[in-house]
Amino acid sequence: MTQQTKGRAWCFGDNIDTDLLAPGPYMKSSLAELASHCLEAIRPEFAGEITTGDVVIGGTGFGIGSSREQAAQALVELGVSAVIARSFARIFYRNALNLGLPVLVCEQAGEIADGDSISVDAEQGLVTNHTQGTSYQCEPIPVELMVIVNAGGLMPYLKQKFSAENGANTE
Amino acid sequence: MTVATRVGATLAEKILARASGKPRVTPGQIVTCNLDLVLMHDSSGPRRVESRLKELGAKVFDPSKVVLVSDHYVPATDAEAAEILALTRRWADNNQIAHFYDMQGICHVMLPQQGHLQPGMFAVGGDSHSPTGGAFGTFMVGIGATEMTGVLATGEIWIRVPHTYKLQFDGQLQDGCSAKDIMLMLCATLGMSNDYKVMEYCGSTIDAMNMYERMVLCNMSAELGAKTGIIAADKTTTDWIERTGKTPAEDALSWRSDADCTYEKTYQFDTSALAPMVAAPHSPQNSAPVDTYEPTRMHQAYIGACTGAKLSDLHMAARVLKGRKVAKGTRLLIAPASAKTTEAAAKDGTLATLTEAGAIMLPTGCGACAGMGAGAIANGENCISSTSRNFKGRMGSPNSNVYLASPYTVAASAVAGQICDPRELLKA
Ligand code: SF4
Repeated sequence: MTQQTKGRAWCFGDNIDTDLLAPGPYMKSSLAELASHCLEAIRPEFAGEITTGDVVIGGTGFGIGSSREQAAQALVELGVSAVIARSFARIFYRNALNLGLPVLVCEQAGEIADGDSISVDAEQGLVTNHTQGTSYQCEPIPVELMVIVNAGGLMPYLKQKFSAENGANTE
Repeated sequence: MTVATRVGATLAEKILARASGKPRVTPGQIVTCNLDLVLMHDSSGPRRVESRLKELGAKVFDPSKVVLVSDHYVPATDAEAAEILALTRRWADNNQIAHFYDMQGICHVMLPQQGHLQPGMFAVGGDSHSPTGGAFGTFMVGIGATEMTGVLATGEIWIRVPHTYKLQFDGQLQDGCSAKDIMLMLCATLGMSNDYKVMEYCGSTIDAMNMYERMVLCNMSAELGAKTGIIAADKTTTDWIERTGKTPAEDALSWRSDADCTYEKTYQFDTSALAPMVAAPHSPQNSAPVDTYEPTRMHQAYIGACTGAKLSDLHMAARVLKGRKVAKGTRLLIAPASAKTTEAAAKDGTLATLTEAGAIMLPTGCGACAGMGAGAIANGENCISSTSRNFKGRMGSPNSNVYLASPYTVAASAVAGQICDPRELLKA
């Protein structure tokens, strides 16, 4: 994963829930189909217009609700490079990191406006707002979890771990 | 096990210390815990972990510690759902999962019903309402599917030790009020961003509650955004475990917070002052007393889910519906939380009361709660529901409206055809 990604900010409010991110009626469908309905109940054009590298901005409690991992996976599928919010629901936070999607807790997330050009340095927890000419320092991801993020997510991390334990190669 | 320390620990801290093999833990610390129990269901379970486990070349760490339940896609409503269920069954077989409950009920109700929970246990579930297990003094949290793969492969998980909030409830609930009303009130009062906190429920109101009602408190801790909810075990807890045919752990009653432990916050509530609550669309946080609502027409009333369709919930509904009829233009759908719930309700006459009133009985399972089974709602329709969440579009059309309430209030509203205070009907 590149540390510096630049994209458009898509701003949402508080308590963006998992039913908005991954609507129940599409949970049986393919990930691509599910992702095409991501957030459509509150912003129908989102899934169609987002481009790779864009950043999603939330308020408090981003990802509240179900444990469904597809809530984070749908964002990854759409090419979202990071989610920045004032706070995250805990299962969503874990799911996102486990899937290699950087999620950053940022007090000033509310200062970012929809359409701003944003770049994110996940490792440093640094968010730059090119439109407003400002930057924000986010809470760093705990070191214990950076290991997983740096491996690219929990699966690659576990693969490393299992191959080390089994003395096998990772093919 | 007692921990020799100078300052006391909370119940949650004690369990995490035991599970991580440490003499004590402190909030904020990240610890790795060994699992006593893992819960999975058909939606987030086998179909999400099977290929990943293969990719890792890993086996289930201990099939005897895994409980698998098919509840989300049951009974199958189309070929895709049927495939998901077939895969679930095949995986259970191939992995010799000791406890697989196929279409027997909703996972959070099956665990206690079958006696899988013990005070002091550390457990995870592949579902956000896993905190329900906390009613039994178990520390139980929900996780996603990739993480479940890791858990199944290793038998352990990292946890950031949470702070605990003490929520004390004293007083006697009015007739027509229930644990659901307490939780809706809490969602409105504390909001939904109590991230990473443990909600510990205590006080005389809780002491007087049966296990079904305690389960509602811990279940809806998820709506508070909490890491989990927990209630120290007492005789009500151990009696329940005995009734399932299991023996309560010897140290069951010793799993409680020390008198000198540190709670991050303490809240006190007088439950005798609580009115029945209703949450307006599209958030449990939009809760207000039932009598503050304008007459609002209900096309559907739904009694279902792990939160609101256990035996005690059906009893509440039946008390309101006895000798009454569901209003014309409103449909009342009831999906009991487990097959045993249906069986018990049939035996004690509850089912007859419900159906005589005009309720339509649906199969046991998650059903309409997550918009996956029967009972979806149409564009522009209003539904009052005993479930836990009313997020936009959760139960059907993105342009439908879901109101949350207790089984009493849902039943009363079904009779009135609009939002209705159950207290009047219970007096009459
Ligand atoms: S009944 Fe609803 S809340 Fe409970 S496990 Fe099923 S989908 Fe989740």
